[in-house]
Parts: sequence; structure tokens; C-alpha cells
Amino acid sequence: MKKGWKSFLVYFLLTAGSLIMLFPFIWMISTSFKLPLEVFTLDIIPENPTIQNYQKIIGDTLFLKWFLNSLIIAIITTLSVAIFDTLVGYILAKFSFPGKNIIFVAILSTLMIPTEMLVIPWYMMSTEFGWVDSYWGIMFPGVISAFGIFLMRQFMESIPDDLLDAARIDGMREFGIFVKVAIPQVRPALSALCIFSFLGNWNAFLWPLLVIESTGMRTLPVGLAFFSSENQEYWELIMAGATISVIPLIIVFLFFQKQIIKGIVLTGMK
Amino acid sequence: MSNLELNTKVEPKRTKKRHVTLKQQKYIFIYSCLFVPVVFFLSIRLLPMLYTFNVGFHEWKILSPEQPFVGLSNYTSLFQDEVFLRALQNTGIYVLVGVIGQMILGLIVSLLLQRVNRFVGLFRVIYFIPYITSAVAISWIFKWILMNNGILNNILLNLGFEKQLFLQDPNQAIYLVIGTIIFQGLGFQIVIFLAGLENIPNMFYEAADIDGANGWQKLSKITLPLLNPTIVFSAVIATISFLQSFTQIENMTGGGPLNSTMTIVYYIYELAFQKFEMGYASAATVILFLIIFLITLFQMKVLTKRFDY
Repeated sequence: MKKGWKSFLVYFLLTAGSLIMLFPFIWMISTSFKLPLEVFTLDIIPENPTIQNYQKIIGDTLFLKWFLNSLIIAIITTLSVAIFDTLVGYILAKFSFPGKNIIFVAILSTLMIPTEMLVIPWYMMSTEFGWVDSYWGIMFPGVISAFGIFLMRQFMESIPDDLLDAARIDGMREFGIFVKVAIPQVRPALSALCIFSFLGNWNAFLWPLLVIESTGMRTLPVGLAFFSSENQEYWELIMAGATISVIPLIIVFLFFQKQIIKGIVLTGMK
Repeated sequence: MSNLELNTKVEPKRTKKRHVTLKQQKYIFIYSCLFVPVVFFLSIRLLPMLYTFNVGFHEWKILSPEQPFVGLSNYTSLFQDEVFLRALQNTGIYVLVGVIGQMILGLIVSLLLQRVNRFVGLFRVIYFIPYITSAVAISWIFKWILMNNGILNNILLNLGFEKQLFLQDPNQAIYLVIGTIIFQGLGFQIVIFLAGLENIPNMFYEAADIDGANGWQKLSKITLPLLNPTIVFSAVIATISFLQSFTQIENMTGGGPLNSTMTIVYYIYELAFQKFEMGYASAATVILFLIIFLITLFQMKVLTKRFDY
């Protein structure tokens, strides 16, 4: 009897918490389907649901272009991080060569540098080299990640040397060994790294905000921030924009949630 | 010594030659793969950092042709700058309230989740959703909820309370921004805590049951001490991320009202990219760097300690 009451309480608290976590999203979607006149009503389900906010946003602004920009930038950066970080992690874990320790310590020490400290020189560099307002300008700070190198090195270390030596005796080239023998051994860590990198670049705000100048080059977060502050009070439009930038990622997350959460545990605990 | 041995040993010529070429092949592989990353870390991370140190010693306005060396004067003016001191103090509040709030809430939810058998996956997904979404979107959603005529004030009115100023109130705004940041970080915290809880062997609890321990004793004598490494680890991560709070502030309050939500990072952004005082802003980033550096040192000291029970 006492036990049943206790477990009811636990479920009750968890459900209440879940509703608090979900409410902002529900309210966002609800507002995005409301007419301007209805925006300040408390109805969760709009009386006269309308898609005119979405039509307006897609027709009058560059939201779709911003979406595309974010997608391109996140995909290219993630690919680059995946390639370089696994390669460097593998080399630092599995080879000994002159200069190895210096390189490792130097890369590791960059983890301590806050981005805010780098944006000023990056900005000066970008103006100097004409990178302002270009995809490369947005992407260049993130094409290799020290955290990823550190992570991949940790996982590469657990690959048995015998496995690599066996491949060498079979006459495989070093690069072939890396691709065909090493990478399959660290696939879970690699996919976690890709997920992190994609999320990080998709949601990045500070650096893109500084380096983007024209409306058409904006990424989704930067576009949404500008659009929202230019349209203060038009909450139905702002919420439609927020929905466009939030929902696709949530859907992808729901498909891959098991792997994503596993990835967080895998990398977060290292 | 080893060289001598190598020279005196008479080995068949062919194998020696093959050995050398393999070794060369290996080095070519290593250095050609490392070339781009090393250039990257030098030119995009380490040199820019040194450059920022340098800029911090100059009066460096982006439009003026001369950038005179001024020594430590940027630093001395920073510590006489009321806004910077306010930002420093606020950043302390962000870290303290934010980290403690996030850890306590994360701990409560993960302890609750640990007690249920059904729907664990569903709950975990729900609590995790904000973590993957864009901080800009979340900031605007919360701004909308907290508006003067937004839903929260409407509910308060309907319940017979007074309307609140929320983000326009210098006393409330900072805590609402912190709450928004916690809302987004909570899912990550829960996942990490749940993993830590899973690592605690069941036999400790079984032994405690035999000894007749109650729930509170089990929590304070088994769960919390054994979870300690996880708690310290996530406290450090959370501290560094709260130290760098920016996105929510830029979108929700712009540092106001009356600088009450201003942080070091937001002030750096204002100085460098709205007032173009690069030298002064760089000096402020150096101070931020030193704070993070000290926390990292602390982290290395504490986290490399072995936790044995």
C-alpha cells in the first residue's frame, strides 16, 4: 500500500517535470498557428488555426536559405572534424615519433582557450583575408576540434597493436590500415563525435553572428535572432520561425535518440 | 648504446634495407597527416591567443591608424570600470546559482528516474529535447512566455497575483536567464548522472537493506559519496559553460536592465564589436582566460585523484 503510493508520487513528479520541459515547445507551436488577434489568448489549441505565419515567413524572409546555410555548414564541418580528428587521434594513439608529446600537449592545451578570446583575432584575420561573409569564414574555426582529437585518441588506444601489425604484415599501406582496420573499431565514438559536431555547428551563435554581414549568408540561429529582434511584438511570426528552426532537429533526434544518448554517455564519461 | 649494438650486429643487408623503407613510409604517413592539423592549431588557436595577449597591451581601436602600446593600463581601467566589475559579479552569480541549480535539479530527476521501471526512455527523451535545440529559439520562446502580456503573467493574474516585470526587472532578470540556461542543460546533466548512478554496484544497496538503512541513509551514505567523481566532473563542465553565457543574454535581455544580466562575455562582445575597443576587450578576454585556466588546473588536481572505496 505504502509502496504503491510512493511510486505514484515518483511518476507524478516526473510527469509534472516533463510537462514543464515540453510546455515551452507546445506554446511555441500553438502561438505559431494563431492569428495576430488571438496571440494573447491562453488557448493551447488556436480557435482559428492558420498557416499564414508560415507562409509569411517562407515567402517574405530568407528562412529557407538560412536553413540551407546551416545545413551546408554543419555537414561540411562535421565531415572535416570526423576525418581530421580520427586521423590525428589515431596517429597520437598508435605511433611514436619525434615531436609527438609536444604536438599532443599543444593540441590539448587549446581546449582551455575560451572562444571569446579568439574571436577578436579571428575577426581581424577574416577582414584581412576577405573571409568575412563567406561559408569558409563561418566554418574555419571549427574544421578541426581538439576535443574530438582527444576523444578519438582515447578510443584508438584500446585497439590492440597486434591487429594493426597483422595488417602491416599482410602488406597493407598505413592509410589503408587506418581506414579499414582502425576506424571500424571506434565506430560508436566516431558517430558520437559526428553528432556533437553537427549539433554544435548547427546551433553555433557567437562567431557566425560576428562574421556574417549580409542577410543571405545568415545561419538559422543568427537569422532567427535578427528576425525576432526586428519583429518584436509579432510573436506569432517569431514562434513560427522558432518552430522551423527547432522541429526538424527534434524529429531527427527522436529517430536517433538511443544512439545520441549513448554517445553522450560514451563521450561525457571519458 | 643501442646505436653501437646496431652497428656491431651484422644483419643481412636486404632485411635492413626493407626495415628502413618501412620506417620511412611510416614517418611520411605520420607527418603528412599531421601537417594540416598542426598548421591549423598554430594559426587558428595558439597564435591568435598570443595575439590577443598582445592586443590587450595596446590601445587598439579598429578604425584608428595607430595602436599605441599602453602597458597594463587596459587592465587597471578594467578594474575601475563599474560595468566590468558588475559583469564580473554577475558572472559569479550565473556560475554559482546556475551550477548549483542545474546539479540539484539534475540529481533529483535522475534519482526519480532511477526508481521507475516503465517509461524511463520516454522521460529521458523528453528531458533531453531542449539540449539539442538552438539556444536562440529557446531564448525567444522564454522571452515570449515571460512577456508583460505573456502567458505567465496572464496565469498569475487569473490566480489573483500581481503582474511581474520578469525580464524588465533588474532583480528578477538574471535568475530568469539562468533558469533558461538550466532548462537547456538539464537533460545533459541527467544523462551523465544516470550513467554515474548505473555504475554504483547493487551490492552496496543490498548490504544496506540487510543493515536496515532507510532511504535517506542510503542516499547520503552510498549514492552521493559514490557519485562524487561524476558530480565533480559535471560541476567543472557546468562552471566553464556558465562562465561563457552569452546567447541567452544577447537574445533575452541584451545585458540589461541596468546591466543586471551583463556577463564578462557579453561585455567583451559589446566592447569589441559595438564600440570597437579591441585592446580593452582583449584585456577582458585575458581575465576570462585566467579564470578558466585556474578552474582547469583545479579540475586536473581534483579529477586525477583516484577515487577508491
